[in-house]
Amino acid sequence: MSTAPHTSLTAHVMPIDIGEHVLRSGFIGPQPVLALADGQVVFVKEDGLTRIHPHGDAAILVAHIQHDLVLTGGEDGRVIRSQPDGSSSELGHEKGRWIDALTASPTGAMAWSTGKHITARDSKGEIRKREAPSTVQGLAFLPKGYRLAYSHYNGASLWFPNSEATPDSLEWKGSHIDISTSPDGRFVVTSMQENTLHGWRLSDKKDMRMSGYPAKIRSLSWSHDGEWLATSGAEAAVIWPFKDKDGPMGKPPRECGVRPAKITQVAFHPNALVLAIGYEDNCILLCRLTDAAELLVRVPVKGQGSITALSWDKTGKRMVFGTSEGAAGLLTLP
Amino acid sequence: MSEKIPVTVLTGYLGAGKTTLLNRILTEPHGKKFAVVVNEFGEVGIDNDLVVGADEEVFEMNNGCICCTVRGDLIRIIEGLMRRKGRFDGIIVETTGLADPAPVAQTFFVDQDVAEKTRLDAVVTVVDAKWLGERLKDAPEARNQIAFADVIILNKIDLVSPDELAAVEAQIRAINPYATLHRTERSAVSLDAVLGRNAFDLDRILDIEPDFLEPGHHHHHSAEIGSVSITVPGDINPEKFMPWINEFTQTHGPDILRCKGILSFMNEPKRFVFQGVHMILDGDLQRDWKPDELRQSKMVFIGRKLDRAMIEKAVEATRA
Repeated sequence: MSTAPHTSLTAHVMPIDIGEHVLRSGFIGPQPVLALADGQVVFVKEDGLTRIHPHGDAAILVAHIQHDLVLTGGEDGRVIRSQPDGSSSELGHEKGRWIDALTASPTGAMAWSTGKHITARDSKGEIRKREAPSTVQGLAFLPKGYRLAYSHYNGASLWFPNSEATPDSLEWKGSHIDISTSPDGRFVVTSMQENTLHGWRLSDKKDMRMSGYPAKIRSLSWSHDGEWLATSGAEAAVIWPFKDKDGPMGKPPRECGVRPAKITQVAFHPNALVLAIGYEDNCILLCRLTDAAELLVRVPVKGQGSITALSWDKTGKRMVFGTSEGAAGLLTLP
Repeated sequence: MSEKIPVTVLTGYLGAGKTTLLNRILTEPHGKKFAVVVNEFGEVGIDNDLVVGADEEVFEMNNGCICCTVRGDLIRIIEGLMRRKGRFDGIIVETTGLADPAPVAQTFFVDQDVAEKTRLDAVVTVVDAKWLGERLKDAPEARNQIAFADVIILNKIDLVSPDELAAVEAQIRAINPYATLHRTERSAVSLDAVLGRNAFDLDRILDIEPDFLEPGHHHHHSAEIGSVSITVPGDINPEKFMPWINEFTQTHGPDILRCKGILSFMNEPKRFVFQGVHMILDGDLQRDWKPDELRQSKMVFIGRKLDRAMIEKAVEATRA
């Protein structure tokens, strides 16, 4: 740990008055976007906020924001794409169901699930459906090809939606929640009900167990070079080394940002080994992996909840965040 | 910190009157709003704005305990519901007629995130006075639901004779003498009988008295569900009792549906109370023993294949 006092970036944070639980954040170009649990999508513009309600009165349950895409899934069973001009279009409607998981690939493919039912939509809008062995909790596209990873009870599966072949199954007993694929496509990692991570090396399906967390791990972030996986769920950001052939097996993880508060969100900088860390007390730090130097972004404020969304723009110059009590802000690096 | 949202679990065999009770709860002029989680949308509509369909997906926790099952769908639904504050004051989970109440109840103790935001208030079981006798013969679930209940709504009493009613009550009491029982027609019961019960709150465990004279020795055969209650005068040695109760619930967890106790520990001015669901035990020191209060220890176990003699002997051995 560093002994130097925190250098502060707090003066470079512009607060954004949001007022509702922030579910997810992201950027459309330079413009921050927030998806709120009460059903709003908020575009943060130079001249103020554009708030839209793509799901009417219904809550947003899941959201995915990347590049030019703002995708939300709601209690109304609808999957909706929203645009900065305030318009929105419906891409799917699962009547009478909640949308449980949602993802998109950089090339514009999308997928969502409700219960056991998965819908994959390729970049041309072609729809494929599939039923999983049990409720799907997490979805993630593999970096190459049109292939979807989904987590469920007792493991995960890898599916080529355009192929008739049975999905490849990755087995491990227990309930798997979120799922993430490494940027090089070599590993799939899930978070589990019992506060552990589980990983598989896809070349031989070798299992990896990463345990010791005091809480569920609900935020995972890969470094830009794909060599590190940062995780929430402890009172330090736990960062697993994935550079070697064996991934993190037999190697201790790195830890940074140790504070007496649990970490709820992590987000790696898009082109440097710097990790943004959000805590349950709404504090935010930046931590540089190379020397563990820390920079303070946000001082915890009582009553403002935990950090529930944290994301960088493409250039790594700006970072947006939101909390469970509706506080939010935009950091612009000096 | 805001207060935890109370959750009421509504169980009962098909056609007993669950949905009627649910609609009564929802439409009474109490000014409260509820989120309702149902497994199936039945023929009777539910009169509420916020109704969520569930899958009743039960899974085992990976902690080496086979009876430690939870409802995965409920964890997700509660996570989703709790993000939007102020929409409701309570949650009601209606289970299917065939459901075992244990995984629902255990979800509120086992999942940290759920336990942080909500608390299980009570398990309410609706029973059909006319058909219970038949159900007890052919449906083990019906038996489980009664054993598990904090509140039993004995419904459709207008369809049976006084003798039949007495017989069905005796059958219920043979399984669970401790639940509060209300006799109703068309599930008409006052709301405070089913809501705000705090049945799992250690501070609210006031006394352990059967609601009814415990039927003598009704253990026809060992697989049957029944209750064993034990009272020992004087103090108990916690250093002997705690290891025993832990070991007992660990080894017999699958067969113990519910347990509850108020104990007098030696050299301890406060009452020790505990309650449990299968292997999950919760216990703490409560209020002081009053000067005029008889210091004794009482506990009750409801479950399958309970060996009264063995439990009595084991508890006796923990006396101070």
